Amino acid sequence: MDSRGQYSKSFLAGLYRQLYTIRVFETRCIQLYRQGLIRGYLHPYLGEEAIAVGVCAALGPQDYLTSTHRGHGHCIARGADLRRMTAEITGKRTGYCKGRGGSMHIADVSQGNLGANGIVGGSTAIGVGAALSAKLQGRDSVCAVFTSDGGVMNGTFGEALNLAAAWNLPVIFVVENNQYAVSTPVHQACREAELYKRAAGYGVEGKRVDGNHVLEVYETAADYVRRCRQGKGPFVIEALTYRHAGHHVNDPGTYMPEDEKEYYRQIDPCRRGRQFLIELGSASSEEVAAIEAEVERAMDDAVAFAQESPGTDVQQFLEEISVYS
Amino acid sequence: MNKTATTLPEAATAASRNQVQYRTALNEALAEEMRRDPTVFVMGEGIAERGGSYKVTANLLAEFGKNRVLDTPLCEASFTGAAIGAALTGMRPVVEILFIDFAMLIMDQLVNQAAKVRFMTGDQCRVPIVLRTQGGTGNGLAAQHSQSLEALFYHIPGLKLVMPSTPADAKGLLKASIRDDSPVVFIEHKLLYLTEGPVPEGDEFVIPLGKGQVKRPGADVTLIAWSNMIPRSLTVAEKLAAEGIDVEVVDPRTLVPLDKELMLDSVRKTEHVVIVQEAVRRGGVASDLAAIIQAEAFDYLDAPIEIVAGLVTPIPFNLALETACVPQEGDIIRAVKRVLNVGG
Repeated sequence: MDSRGQYSKSFLAGLYRQLYTIRVFETRCIQLYRQGLIRGYLHPYLGEEAIAVGVCAALGPQDYLTSTHRGHGHCIARGADLRRMTAEITGKRTGYCKGRGGSMHIADVSQGNLGANGIVGGSTAIGVGAALSAKLQGRDSVCAVFTSDGGVMNGTFGEALNLAAAWNLPVIFVVENNQYAVSTPVHQACREAELYKRAAGYGVEGKRVDGNHVLEVYETAADYVRRCRQGKGPFVIEALTYRHAGHHVNDPGTYMPEDEKEYYRQIDPCRRGRQFLIELGSASSEEVAAIEAEVERAMDDAVAFAQESPGTDVQQFLEEISVYS
Repeated sequence: MNKTATTLPEAATAASRNQVQYRTALNEALAEEMRRDPTVFVMGEGIAERGGSYKVTANLLAEFGKNRVLDTPLCEASFTGAAIGAALTGMRPVVEILFIDFAMLIMDQLVNQAAKVRFMTGDQCRVPIVLRTQGGTGNGLAAQHSQSLEALFYHIPGLKLVMPSTPADAKGLLKASIRDDSPVVFIEHKLLYLTEGPVPEGDEFVIPLGKGQVKRPGADVTLIAWSNMIPRSLTVAEKLAAEGIDVEVVDPRTLVPLDKELMLDSVRKTEHVVIVQEAVRRGGVASDLAAIIQAEAFDYLDAPIEIVAGLVTPIPFNLALETACVPQEGDIIRAVKRVLNVGG
């Protein structure tokens, strides 16, 4: 922990601000869902915040990410606008995707966020392609490919990892192991549940980190990003974590044992991020409270923006889709 | 840039070369577009040193180097996915899928990803990829290497679908496909690679997507076909001409977008329609074309539309059995005579 004294207060405050933003965003979205203002599926990132925040803190503006169905955290950590996110999730034309995509398809391509994905494993190879593109164009961009314990079981993971390895591409596969693929525990889905070990079979370096520890995630990601830029990619990070609740907002998660849930509540990534800011960043409780108040105000503003935004325009939509006939 | 192609009648281009192979025409299209645009690159299985199984990518490695001519591992889903990612970030990949049958391995990437990214993101991006592949029967390759699967792609909003029947169309349409910002499925036919025909000179010979062509004008019956059913239909037309039946052969060339007007104009003129497809009858493109014609030109039709299509079966290995499964000249002739209600 000593070496962590190197972090500046502003850096730690930035991490905590993002952790807390994701926490508040997801909590508010669940409320909006219960109020009937969000339809469809909503897969909260609660409990996994440190992974997106730690990885994205290691990325630069030239870098890319591909995300998953549980993607709000990746968007926020990549700097997405809460107003446009909330508008999208509530189906408004002012949202990132004009209300066409919803929770599972938020993207901000101009910022290198190539999008969430409704198909588990669907985005893995797309991320490899972004890295290929950077290499072919002589740019030093890296792509963080977020996937999961569920995603690793899909054949696309092995294919994409192999392709990235064969072509020495600057990809960091971030396996968010929240230990359940919908309801199936990871140890039932495979024989070797230490998922980072798969990397070795492809000649790739991989590592398991505490996914609830934002600094540990950040340090590994920063090391891998640096080495990717030297042409030494790809890499695999397995970030061990835990979903605070069921697969989606309507899944009570009854298959998740209480003692397990309690254990992970004790190492809550958001609370730990707050501790880092106070202990390593010497922030006062007033300073922390100020950050939290600011985040909450921003979220209030985003919800108000979404609610005041006009809905959709069906006539305009019908004109726009003529490109598909 | 496309003006040359749209304003000059292709057959009237002075400097046409008469004996260009279909595969050579494709190769020229790739090389010219790669010279023209540094973001174009090709990838696929055995396409670099080996030049591809049908030699469509021959010599590209020597000219463009290994950063633009990529041999992939045998992982169709992920190299197609990689092409999508590259397309989202500034490149124009042309992917070769060795057999259309292998494209079944990429359906998630193509259908759920490539076709939908633009839409799902509210038009934030485009996916300019071309997926070159080849289908059809004729080489004794049996059930997993002989299918005609265009209907699967025709069905998916967000994909364009091109099926050239001649060397000139192959070249002009491939160039247009590479320049297009949508994902394009470009289906060649394994029996067409060695066929020859005239191809206009010039780097700007581009055939816009959505422009069909009357391959043979005629007055009595409209024969709509594409890909390898075009040469077969033209042979039929010549044979029937000897019997006094004047067949118009219409090639949509691109099934998406579809040149509906060309088709309907012909139908309004001849008032009789036969649609020929190599693919199996059930759920095929021909059925949809028949529905379109019926909806939009019903009053002009003198007889029910005839569809000549493949039998509803996987393709067998044995030559006699394979032949029995796919429309032959006799099948087309009989259908034409049925719609015209003439004997023989």
